[in-house]
Amino acid sequence: MSATLKAVVMGCSAGGMSALRTVLADVRKDFCWPILVVCHTGSEDVTTFCDLIGMASTLPVREARERHLAQAGIVHVAPTGYHLLVEQGGRFSLSVDERVAFARPAIDVLFDSAAGVFGGGLIGVVMTGANNDGAAGLKRVRERGGIAIVQDPASAEAATMPQAALDIAGADHCVPLKGIAPLLNRLCQP
Amino acid sequence: MARSEIEDVEVELFARALQLRHGYDFSHYAPASFKRRVLNLASNTGCRTITELTSRLLREDALLPAVIAGLSVPVSEMFRNPSVFRALRDEVFPVLDSYPVINIWQAGCAFGQEVYSLAILLEEAGLYERCQIFATDFSDAALVRAQEGIFPTRDARAYSENYLAAGGKRSLSDYYHARYEFMKLDERLQRNVTFANHNLVCDGVFCEAHLILCRNVLIYFTDVLQDHALSLFRNSLVRNGFLCLGNRENIDFASSARHFVAVNARERIYRKHADSA
Repeated sequence: MSATLKAVVMGCSAGGMSALRTVLADVRKDFCWPILVVCHTGSEDVTTFCDLIGMASTLPVREARERHLAQAGIVHVAPTGYHLLVEQGGRFSLSVDERVAFARPAIDVLFDSAAGVFGGGLIGVVMTGANNDGAAGLKRVRERGGIAIVQDPASAEAATMPQAALDIAGADHCVPLKGIAPLLNRLCQP
Repeated sequence: MARSEIEDVEVELFARALQLRHGYDFSHYAPASFKRRVLNLASNTGCRTITELTSRLLREDALLPAVIAGLSVPVSEMFRNPSVFRALRDEVFPVLDSYPVINIWQAGCAFGQEVYSLAILLEEAGLYERCQIFATDFSDAALVRAQEGIFPTRDARAYSENYLAAGGKRSLSDYYHARYEFMKLDERLQRNVTFANHNLVCDGVFCEAHLILCRNVLIYFTDVLQDHALSLFRNSLVRNGFLCLGNRENIDFASSARHFVAVNARERIYRKHADSA
């Protein structure tokens, strides 16, 4: 079952909103995988955050709802103050467990759980940020056969997070911000 | 097989051992966060693998309380999501006021931050004397902590801000004594509180409640167990009794949800249907 499930998970922190707007503006309109997002800096008011990203995005952007299914062609954003996880079958669950890498939602938590569900059908994307959340999660994505994309630290508003991902997880693709959407459009086929 | 796939197997064996050896059933916990907790627990108890933890769990009775504490919901804060407490005060308390005796059940009280928050608001609304509050958790270690009512002083500022945002009428510092790095809540706040062990998985109805608070507990349950807990709440509530869940919880997939009607959907405050027995 999990072999047929596919998704993109994206993580970012400082500079994340602008990076997400750039990437999602260039994603194909008929993009047919779900996109799951954790952005630390965007989580103060997730509704407003979704609206701001949504204005730039070709795809609808919504808060991820507990127990609901990750849907193809929708960008799902982790809600304020909760870790976002994916359960078998591709449904969301939430947790208020301890912060991970000082963050809740944490990128590592989403990536780790998604890796277990989507396996080789998962693409993990780590972008701009000023801490190392996401690196351990991206490693798990690769261990379970998924593809790792890391924003070239040189093109990132904050280089720490993509650099940590490269150091700890490595990457299948390391591209500048503008190169991420074309790459996703190419990799994510029906 | 990748390391995390092996861990998936280990988690299942751990859960099975916990059930066979100690009678605790975690089979209907949402697997993704359960796995994270088991991994944390293994690391916090100095075990290199989950299998090592399982082995110790089977042979060391003394380890059980730490295991149960590690698998229960640990994190909260006072007046978390202040708007919920404001809604309770403005929309629920006036109804509670019509009862001569008010029974409140906080299910999954963890370290007690929410019990004390609620006690303070009830006190300020002049309802506390008529209240009997049952604060339950399945972790004895958590209940001991809750009863102590001692929290790190570094949290005091955030708690105070929440308290004021929740519509608190005084200063939160009126309710605690701070000494060095710890604050202890006024013991008078627990004069009508009963702390007791109760496990939503296997324990039944024990009171007739006018209000049940169970915030961010059911998010760790699968649909089946969530539905079971909602049914337990339904059977524990008086006619038109109130239920308050966490502010991102979703009961759309539970058949017991039909017995509840949202009175404040945003804050996840429900009432038991009038015609629900």
